[in-house]
Amino acid sequence: MRNPYEVLGVSKSASADDIRSAYRKLAKKLHPDLNPGDKSAEEKFKEVSQANELLSDNEKRAKFDAGLIDASGNEKPQQQQRQYYRDYAGANAGARGANPNYEQASAFSDMGGMDDILAEMFARQSQARANARGADVQYRLSVPFLDAVNGATQRLNLPDGSTIDVKIPAGINDGQSIRLKGKGQPSQGAGPAGDARVEIAVLPHAFFTRVGDDLLLDLPISIKEAALGGPVKVPTPTGTVMLNVPAGSNSGTQLRLKGKGVAGRGDQLVKLRVVLPTRADQQLREFLKTWTPEASDDPRKEMFS
Amino acid sequence: MMLKRMEFIARVNIDEETLEIWLSEQWLLPLHDAEEESFTDADIARALLILELEHNFGVNQPGVGVALHLLDQLHSARASLNKTNPAR
Repeated sequence: MRNPYEVLGVSKSASADDIRSAYRKLAKKLHPDLNPGDKSAEEKFKEVSQANELLSDNEKRAKFDAGLIDASGNEKPQQQQRQYYRDYAGANAGARGANPNYEQASAFSDMGGMDDILAEMFARQSQARANARGADVQYRLSVPFLDAVNGATQRLNLPDGSTIDVKIPAGINDGQSIRLKGKGQPSQGAGPAGDARVEIAVLPHAFFTRVGDDLLLDLPISIKEAALGGPVKVPTPTGTVMLNVPAGSNSGTQLRLKGKGVAGRGDQLVKLRVVLPTRADQQLREFLKTWTPEASDDPRKEMFS
Repeated sequence: MMLKRMEFIARVNIDEETLEIWLSEQWLLPLHDAEEESFTDADIARALLILELEHNFGVNQPGVGVALHLLDQLHSARASLNKTNPAR
């Protein structure tokens, strides 16, 4: 139950005249019998009437302002459902308790057979509706990362048990849709079927990530490969290639495989990551103990100048 | 439910003089059987609407007649639309 002042759109200090004129203005607009076609008018009218009932009664209004009663005026007995005149009139003339004496010759009778014209119009309209295109249908399809990069054909199972083969173009992005003409709902008449719209969700990949048309790959290399350089195997979406790691490559070095990005458009960017042997290597340890780096090569020298 | 004249007057809480005016203005057109009129639920609802127009909305007597006449036309138009529109 809304605040009655808000319902009527008046301030707390409004005079009785203000309240009456605000109520009349709203009530005229919202009275169900003056809005035969608006189902929501009745609720709004009730609210406005209730607000007016409370605020036009000085005693109740004072109690409400003092917070003694709520906006519905509390303990008021529930009113019996009011029947409005519109419930018996016009299109509701068949209702029990209706009175046919109020029916008039059609409001269109001066328009020369307008009733017939209307009837024909509606008949044609419903024919047109029946022949309208069938409804479009939405589907979602999850696609493995590499299928989205390279393109693929994937089978979509429909709720009715049938299947569609969806051709996924190479390089499709997450969230893009594919329109399958005529694979939606059939028309109710002679019209064409609607379309199926398949929204693509691209699944993540364990190694690759995509930025625009470029692919990013973190590539672990051993200390020896980093220090001495040489060819290493690198996965790409189209298969394994050999990449020449330059001698003395550090962690974070980025190498570019031209044309190995998405659908041949972008590049594959390979970021090197130097990793120590997983098990302590005795030989390496022995060597490092005897190895003295050149004094100038302190990796933290910039932190302690 | 059919009400006789006196029952109707009591139900909508008006005096007989008012009812006579409404009848002569043809705001109410009760059904007639034999020699007596009988009032339906629609007449009750219509009477409440007339009372509201007059007392709550400050519509004067000629205004009520105009409003009812337009409402009757509107309802008839809605009824014939409803009849001719098979899609509903």
